Amino acid sequence: MVFSARGLAKSYVTGDVEVQALRDVDLDIRRGEFVVLLGASGSGKSTLLNILGGLDVPTRGEVRFAGQALSGASESELTTYRRDHVGFVFQFYNLIPSLTVRENLALVTDIARNPMPIDEAIDLVGLTPRRDHFPAQLSGGEQQRVAIARAIVKRPDVLLCDEPTGALDYVTGKLVLEVIAKINLELGTTAVVITHNAAIAGMADRVIYLGDGRIQKVEINTHKITPSELRW
Amino acid sequence: MKALDRKLLRDLRLMWSQALTIALVVASGIGGFITTLSAVDSLALARDRFYASGRFADVFASVKRAPNALAETLRATPGVADVQTTVEQIVRIELPGVADPVIGQLIGVDPQAPMRMNRLTVRNGRALEDMRLPGQAIPALVSAAFADARGLLPGTRISALVNGKRRTLEIAGIALSPEFIFAGLQGVPDLRGFGVFWVPRDVLAAAYDMDGAFNRVAIKLAAGASEDAVVDKISAQLSRYGGREAHGRKDQASHAILDSEIKQQRVLGTMLPSIFLGVAAFLLNVVVSRLVATQREQIAALKALGYANLAIGAHYLKLVLVIVALGLLLGVLLGDVLGMMFLRLYAVSFQFPSFEHRIAPWLLVVGIGITVATAVLGTLNAILATARLAPAEAMRPQAPGRYRRTVVERLGITRIPPALRMILRNMERRPLRSALSIGGVAASVAIVVMGNFFKDAIEYIVDAQFNVAMRSDVVVWMAEAADDSARHEVARLPGVTAVESGRDVAVRFVNGHIRQRGAIQGFARHAELRRIVDLDKREASRLEDDGLVMTDRLADKLGLRVGQSVRIEVLEGRQRTLVVPLTATVREMMGLSAYMERRALNRLLQEGDLSTQFALAVEPGREAEMLEASKQLPRVVGAFSKASLLRNMQEVSARNIRIMSTVLTIFATVIAVGVVYNNARIALAERTWELASLRVLGFTRAEVSGLLLGEMAIGIAVALPLGMALGYGLVHLVSGLVSSDQFLFPVVIRPATYAWAGIAVLTSGVASALVVRRRIDKLDMVAALKTRE
Repeated sequence: MVFSARGLAKSYVTGDVEVQALRDVDLDIRRGEFVVLLGASGSGKSTLLNILGGLDVPTRGEVRFAGQALSGASESELTTYRRDHVGFVFQFYNLIPSLTVRENLALVTDIARNPMPIDEAIDLVGLTPRRDHFPAQLSGGEQQRVAIARAIVKRPDVLLCDEPTGALDYVTGKLVLEVIAKINLELGTTAVVITHNAAIAGMADRVIYLGDGRIQKVEINTHKITPSELRW
Repeated sequence: MKALDRKLLRDLRLMWSQALTIALVVASGIGGFITTLSAVDSLALARDRFYASGRFADVFASVKRAPNALAETLRATPGVADVQTTVEQIVRIELPGVADPVIGQLIGVDPQAPMRMNRLTVRNGRALEDMRLPGQAIPALVSAAFADARGLLPGTRISALVNGKRRTLEIAGIALSPEFIFAGLQGVPDLRGFGVFWVPRDVLAAAYDMDGAFNRVAIKLAAGASEDAVVDKISAQLSRYGGREAHGRKDQASHAILDSEIKQQRVLGTMLPSIFLGVAAFLLNVVVSRLVATQREQIAALKALGYANLAIGAHYLKLVLVIVALGLLLGVLLGDVLGMMFLRLYAVSFQFPSFEHRIAPWLLVVGIGITVATAVLGTLNAILATARLAPAEAMRPQAPGRYRRTVVERLGITRIPPALRMILRNMERRPLRSALSIGGVAASVAIVVMGNFFKDAIEYIVDAQFNVAMRSDVVVWMAEAADDSARHEVARLPGVTAVESGRDVAVRFVNGHIRQRGAIQGFARHAELRRIVDLDKREASRLEDDGLVMTDRLADKLGLRVGQSVRIEVLEGRQRTLVVPLTATVREMMGLSAYMERRALNRLLQEGDLSTQFALAVEPGREAEMLEASKQLPRVVGAFSKASLLRNMQEVSARNIRIMSTVLTIFATVIAVGVVYNNARIALAERTWELASLRVLGFTRAEVSGLLLGEMAIGIAVALPLGMALGYGLVHLVSGLVSSDQFLFPVVIRPATYAWAGIAVLTSGVASALVVRRRIDKLDMVAALKTRE
């Protein structure tokens, strides 16, 4: 088991309002699994993903990664955890604008324990011809593929993607999803992908529906389809 | 190279204009600090070296005529290590084609016995020891400042009125003495009008009937000896030879001036640049913390990638340190060059055999330490704020701020245009940030005011001294107090339209156990040519019968109040103690002076109608003629011309202050520009997204720019008066610190100084606004919207 969470709850205060983002969530994710978290905005999926990725800590409950407790870990333990095990992909890519594609990846290989060669990661996302470009010179889809390459170059155990296609058009979105599926398949990296686009659910092993901070239902896909078969 | 370091270089290149202005702020702060402090430190070092190498004496005394044998008695006095006697005389010097009065001080030196104290450094020409006595001409070493100002070289011949006879002096060499480091008379630098001549002692003694006798003595104290005790004993031993009171270095003319200059410069040189550095550091802190805060999302991304807070902190520290290091390097180089320039300015009125500029290690350590520490604090502050933020949260746009109606609106004024309302709400929402950025601009306005203030002060002082107080054109003085009938002779000199007699007498004021050396100046009853003027350039109280008027500082020092009596010990002629009532005090700029009506002073001294000097009004254009004619009056030993005094003041003291003031003002202006520009750029970076959104909503470029620039304009509008008030306060503080017993710095700030500070800040505001406006015009609306939810 890669992740196991029990009784997870998270509340935080934004402005003058207290938001109950997660309420009593139990969840297990197996190694190599492709999981899609589906839900409307405000359903708690980003919060759950951030807690799994060690970017955030739960208010209550317990979460373990490969048997190790993340809840209650110190800031520096979480940093080490992210550095060694987690690859993040965000909706807005969050590339460092002053660094080229290769350099954005180097940012990770500089501190990772056992990274793959940078060019290999770039090749995996099909951006070899663009590897010396700056983020501002790339399209949104290309930027997101850089973000994916940057996330996988460390050979992470888990790839956590928060709305990776949210800012992309249909064609580009599918291209990005194909890359994620390929990583999951070829490298065996566990992938957790957040979306509010139900059509994407078809490519997952398991679809977890979130609403109002709780898991509403879980579907297991007996028949997985490839991203190219997706329609929305 | 690590990718993170590459990011650092790229970020630096991207923000070069901001980095450069921040570096300039640092450079100005540290530059001002090092310039003034290194100059004054080097001055003190040169003094100490010269005092040591020239064996500068510790105690000095004058006597009318004492036998040489007395030297042995003095030497036997407990606490005295060495005694050196000389003969000295003040004479009139005549230079071909020079009408201005020139005073010469002749000092007898024994060519056979090397000087053991106040030793000369011969810069060029021969030493006196090597001189053969030629026929008529007296060989002389001349003080370097005078030689340089008058173009005297070894071999030049000039004449001097030695005891009424015209004698020729032949310059043998040019020399420097620790006794005459300050080139001037009575506290005013005067390179052309005053020269020191070291001549063979026997020749001088013969001319003044001083064979086998001395009239001046220098004493070196034994280690651990009490100066006061030795002064008392020596004074007692000299008194029956017509000795004036002995005194320590603090009353030695050159030392007193040099010392007060060093003290004053040290205060100025510590105060001003410390304020500068403090302001620069504060601004650096504000700018750096906001700069780092604008990279909030990048910091969050780095954290998500697994970079520890420490590594991220180190990265931003490096960024800031590179900028600061650039500024430090620039500042130290600038400080070195300008410090050298300041030192050269000192070198005009202070003569040393070697004058080397150095930056003391402690100066570097302190200056760099303060700068780096504040930069680091500012950076850490911002990084800690980001570190406290969970990365997931930092990556999202900040939650909408808690805006509310502004004070103005809450007060019921609701008819505010929406743009202004947005500006005001934005400023009020982050009161600390608004206060800091307004405070930063205000502080830079204040230091610009302070930098220029010294220029204003010196203009004011010159006007007060030379136009309001001293209204005579020439002052001539007599060899000794003489019957006032001499005024008739003086009045007959060509071009003289009015004469006022004056009498000065050296005294010691005593009140209880407090004693203070000084002089009483006797002025005419209704003095028109020499007036007592207070700090506000108003003529102070007229002199009453038989009463004493003194500066408030002297009265304070003596613990006296108006109406009380003060004891006066007369230090010249027949020594006695008198009692006089203090009838008024005056807040004068200069010194610890005391005044009486001249005739009343003479009555008090139980002497006849005596005068020591005459203040003259001279018809325009006839001064040279009058001065030339005055040479024929045997009892007149010297003359001060207001024009040449004023010229000396303008060329040396005033010029130095003007240059320093200008340098400080430039530094201050650079700081102001740096602050305003960075404020604008950072405000833009912080609000790009908001402004792009407004553009999307249909706001025009002008309207969007107006929002940001309006906030800037309001900030500057508030900061300007605030900064001027702050500048006024700073000037008060500094003038209080610089003022001494000898000198009160008036707090005068001309409107032009305020105007310059205002214009400097406004101009940089407008320039920054133009840059920001151009960037707003180029805002990529789509990109801005895409990268945010």
